[in-house]
Amino acid sequence: MNYGPLLFLGILFTLAASWLGLVVMPVKQLGSLQPDLNTNTSVVFPKPVPGEAAQGREHYRSLGCNYCHTQQVRREGFGSDIERGWGKRGSVARDYIYDRPVFLGSSRTGPDLTNIGERQPSYEWHYSHLYNPRTTSKGSVMPPYAFLFELRPIGPDGPSTDAVKLGGEFTPKSGYEVLPKPEAKQLVEYLRSLKSSVELPEAPLPKSE
Amino acid sequence: MSAPASSSVLAALSPRDTAISGARAQLAEIDESCRGPVLLFFLSGMTWLLFGSVLALIASYKLHAPDFLGDFAWLTFGRVRTAHLNAVIYGFSAEISVGVILWLMCRLCRVPLMAQPVITVAALLWNVGLTIGIVGILAGDTTGVEYLELPKYCTPILFLAFTLIAVWTIVIFRFRREKHLYVSQWYILAAVLWFPWLYSTAQLLLIMDPARGAVQAAVNWWFAHNVLGLWFTPVGLASIYYFLPKVIGRPIHSYYLSVLGFWTLALFYNWNGFHHLVGGPFPAWMITISIVASVMMVIPVIATAINHHFTMVGHFGKLKHSPTLRFIVFGAIAYTASSLQGVLSSVRWFSETAHFTHHTVAHAHWGMYAFFTMTMFGAMYYILPRITRREWPSEGLISLHFWTTVIGILLYVVPLSWGGWLQGKAMLDPKIPFLEVVKVTLPYLKIRTVSGLLLTLGHVAFFANITWMLVRTFGPYREPEPMILAGVGTETAPIGK
Repeated sequence: MNYGPLLFLGILFTLAASWLGLVVMPVKQLGSLQPDLNTNTSVVFPKPVPGEAAQGREHYRSLGCNYCHTQQVRREGFGSDIERGWGKRGSVARDYIYDRPVFLGSSRTGPDLTNIGERQPSYEWHYSHLYNPRTTSKGSVMPPYAFLFELRPIGPDGPSTDAVKLGGEFTPKSGYEVLPKPEAKQLVEYLRSLKSSVELPEAPLPKSE
Repeated sequence: MSAPASSSVLAALSPRDTAISGARAQLAEIDESCRGPVLLFFLSGMTWLLFGSVLALIASYKLHAPDFLGDFAWLTFGRVRTAHLNAVIYGFSAEISVGVILWLMCRLCRVPLMAQPVITVAALLWNVGLTIGIVGILAGDTTGVEYLELPKYCTPILFLAFTLIAVWTIVIFRFRREKHLYVSQWYILAAVLWFPWLYSTAQLLLIMDPARGAVQAAVNWWFAHNVLGLWFTPVGLASIYYFLPKVIGRPIHSYYLSVLGFWTLALFYNWNGFHHLVGGPFPAWMITISIVASVMMVIPVIATAINHHFTMVGHFGKLKHSPTLRFIVFGAIAYTASSLQGVLSSVRWFSETAHFTHHTVAHAHWGMYAFFTMTMFGAMYYILPRITRREWPSEGLISLHFWTTVIGILLYVVPLSWGGWLQGKAMLDPKIPFLEVVKVTLPYLKIRTVSGLLLTLGHVAFFANITWMLVRTFGPYREPEPMILAGVGTETAPIGK
């Protein structure tokens, strides 16, 4: 194999093949998927993430949440995702058409979040859990995000309605309260917006629903 | 541009000198020409390794003590982990690769490195770009795309630097004086041609103008798997193919196995990426084609393993003397083991359990550390004394480096692979609450931190040895001493046929 040009051509053609197969083909097959209008329910799905939640999505990216949380439910019969209640149906390509970037994730150090908005709708839970995950989930190894909150003296009008309810070792020192910063509010809006129990033609919901 | 005058060294020799001394003088001239640029890449790469090790320790400790340094957004797990990955991939691994590539290419083409300032500029650009990028990640500017987290305001700088390096490698190749192409050159040429294509496609379709939805994940894993398979793996194999025969002083076992190994790797490896998407929201053909290609990887892996093993047979005694050989042989064995583990992991039934667990993290370190990093350490043990014309100052530090990294990486990979498997098994049982699954992993995550400490100790020992060597170099000139671990020092005519 002392012939340079042959080597070059071989090197280029081998990569060209997989570039066609694993880049160009997926772009052709999945690159122009459109949202679905369900004629029975008149629901359009998926929809772009709305304003404040979209800002929250940026914090999700910036803080690297996607390294421990997936956003993909494996189909019935492959893994126990559905039995664990992470979603009612398996995820399909169309679910992600508005996502930039896509947060499929590759690790489940924490649970899947595809449907966290339905599984955990409570603001109170989310704020407390983000402030320090040990407040709601003992034994969790998730990092605390207290830096998305501020500790400040309780004003003359008494505690703010936004104040995070914290108990036990997490109770703020007396005369102080913990309030979510805008970043925390946006992040919680994003998490609450993650809902996947909508039918698509290629991904029906289980009949019993 | 013209090739440097080819007869300078030989002409300067006395007519009584033999062909061997001529060849040696030529090698010395080549080594001398590589000195500045290769040292620059090695030293900055090692600095990234130390920095990356500190980030790794913080990240690892946080996974079992989550409130540690919990008040700083800059040091939250998601950012430290990502900064670690990018520092060791694009800092350490890529920069050491470039140093090794340049030196190997010059040696095998028998030409001195020409116009060194170009490479120096590339090294500076690379480091500046990467520093901006890592700070960006810690500040929260990550792109959120795995293995491509560096923010888009720094990646064009990296791309420019890499293009300079790739062009220069091809220029060296173009002016080669040695007609025969050795197997290491095939791998190096492939790596420098493949990477710019991969990187530009990924940047374009993921960062600059993202493709629609799930296509991003497809392009992401096509890139991410190929960075390992089409950049680091070829550089690692090129090094094994060069240093193994070089140190033991016999040619590679089979030329035909080398050819088979190279072309089957080129054919199959780049189709592997989608085995990271098993169970994901994609058409079955996409996943299946990658699983098939992953299984086909058995061919290049076994061909290479046989070739290396039969080259080495009867020479294992030399492991005692040569640090290069120790690291390289460990790397070669790890390559076989990690590739076969990769084949297994790609299959659906295995993936159903192991996917999304720490098993994958262990596998990544098995490949990138036990194979690639150890091989690069071996290469540096060979190259550095030659370009600096100094012997390693401390045998003790070499042993410390070798044993801490060997024990460290085994202590990392073996328990964490098993822990990841248990984690996956527990996760498959919906009756086990998630927090119980977390509890299963904790002992293994703690062992990982211990292994991280060992590895970091090894890196510090290696860095200290290099620094010591350089301080001696820049001091008053001293006659080179014989190799402390005897048996490494014989320069012979080019290897292979």
